[in-house]
Amino acid sequence: MFLSQTKSNRFLTVHRNVTRPSPADIAAVLTLPITHPRFKVLRFMAEYKVQFEVFEGPLDLLLYLIKKEEVDIYEVNLTKLATQFIAHIDLMREFDLEIAGEFLVMASTLMYIKSRELLPVDQQVVVESEEDGEDPRWELIRQLVEYKKFKDAAAKLQVREATQENIFPRLPGKMEFASDAPAAKPDVSIFDLLNAVNVVLQRFAKVESSSREIYEDKWTVSEKIEYVMTVLNSRPSVRFAELFENASSRTEVICTFLALLELIRLKQLACTQPEAFEEIEIRKAAPAVVAAGVPPAVESGILPPGDHAEPPRGMEISANHPPGETPASTADETSAATDTRQS
Amino acid sequence: MELKFILESLLFSAQKPMSVKELRDVFATAATAEDAEEMATSLKKVKDEDVTAALEMLAGEHSTAARSYRLVCVAGSWQFVTQPEFAPWLKALVGVKARPSRLSQPALETLAIIAYRQPVTRAEVEQIRGVNIDGTMQTLLERGLVESTGRAEVVGRPQLYSTTTLFLEYFGLRGLEDLPAADELRRIVVEKPPAPVTVDPGLATAPPEQLKLENPEAKSENTETPQT
Repeated sequence: MFLSQTKSNRFLTVHRNVTRPSPADIAAVLTLPITHPRFKVLRFMAEYKVQFEVFEGPLDLLLYLIKKEEVDIYEVNLTKLATQFIAHIDLMREFDLEIAGEFLVMASTLMYIKSRELLPVDQQVVVESEEDGEDPRWELIRQLVEYKKFKDAAAKLQVREATQENIFPRLPGKMEFASDAPAAKPDVSIFDLLNAVNVVLQRFAKVESSSREIYEDKWTVSEKIEYVMTVLNSRPSVRFAELFENASSRTEVICTFLALLELIRLKQLACTQPEAFEEIEIRKAAPAVVAAGVPPAVESGILPPGDHAEPPRGMEISANHPPGETPASTADETSAATDTRQS
Repeated sequence: MELKFILESLLFSAQKPMSVKELRDVFATAATAEDAEEMATSLKKVKDEDVTAALEMLAGEHSTAARSYRLVCVAGSWQFVTQPEFAPWLKALVGVKARPSRLSQPALETLAIIAYRQPVTRAEVEQIRGVNIDGTMQTLLERGLVESTGRAEVVGRPQLYSTTTLFLEYFGLRGLEDLPAADELRRIVVEKPPAPVTVDPGLATAPPEQLKLENPEAKSENTETPQT
């Protein structure tokens, strides 16, 4: 029906007998000039092959034929449909496509329906199975309607599939409260700090024992509080020894250390030790605490005078700060948080 | 504080979609905290229906507000997702989602039949599609969209297949009842006309009483009187 019958019939007849052209055969054909009639047929084959492959089965092909006729499934002319279906199967055979058995079953069903139509009603044989209402025409249409609905449903799923690709879920970054301070070893006691500062002080022990120099006290605790806070504002944490790196004398070390203790007491700082025997790390107390209610002035390290006991210059550790007075050196996160909220 | 806003805050910060049960677990845990407020204690034994109702209300409010994101329930779990139209920018931000290649037409058809008719045997699917489905079934099983869920008590005890949770997630469905036109497709009942359809007028049988496929009235008639 699609082929120009006159020219190509001969070729197709030969082809049918050969059943399948060998690669050599095709190569031979392809070397022919483009104007050669056989070449045209081959091109024709290629085009149709593409078209046939989209049919998922006989029902799919039938639906395609019905759609082409632009009629409702219920109104379709089955005899005409049978003719077209078989023409397609013929075409598939001509083009050497493998025809699935399902197509042949459908073709025979259609032929059966068509043959019955040729007989007047009173002469039609009543097949046993049809007594209980199994009209092959009706059965076929029912099957077509059902298949059509699922095909439509599949199309809807396909739309959903495509839409779903464009939907992005909200995935908040993992909040790492847990690994913050509590995970690190939280209890750095006052003794750990004293040990640490003793190590630093040993640096000066030898120098100062040999020569005795008298000089004015240049450093105050409040200056050092400012210094510590400035360091910690610029970076998240600082190692204990780093704070004393620039210290030039014993007195300066002690001032810095007192500043540290003062800040810990005010719950501005937290000391942690990532692992046993490792260096103590100093960081700002949990951000929640700072945000919760610490005045910004304190936060930035400028302490309002009078609010805090300002120790006299050159004060000894033992004098004003016995270990008991600095309970917050462990800086327990939760208690710190509640305390600030309450105040 | 309203329940729905508590839920909103939970879903806003949740790392993964939350089912109603998981949300209730959160309420139970919150109520046992030492400093639990009255509100938290009162929600200790909040009912499933209340949570679901609050979530529905919340989802409704979000869709009315027509924001760039919405609250959805996929496979029973709630989460915030963006609207699809913002995909071009989101793709630039987070990269293209890692998703397997799209399903082929035969695979989609097979999947649709299994989804609506589950549990279903391979033969039943083949009967509807009119073709062999060995290959597509293999694909669907490999991709984890369908699974075997037992055997039919008929001759040969063939395997029954159903869709999986992944199927719901893949298509963004809340549940099987969320499938489009679920009622209609679960059991398509086509009424047989009193007189058989004539295939070729003038040939043999009486003029047909024909049905329109697209006619909604005809459709409803069909579904009302099941063919037995």
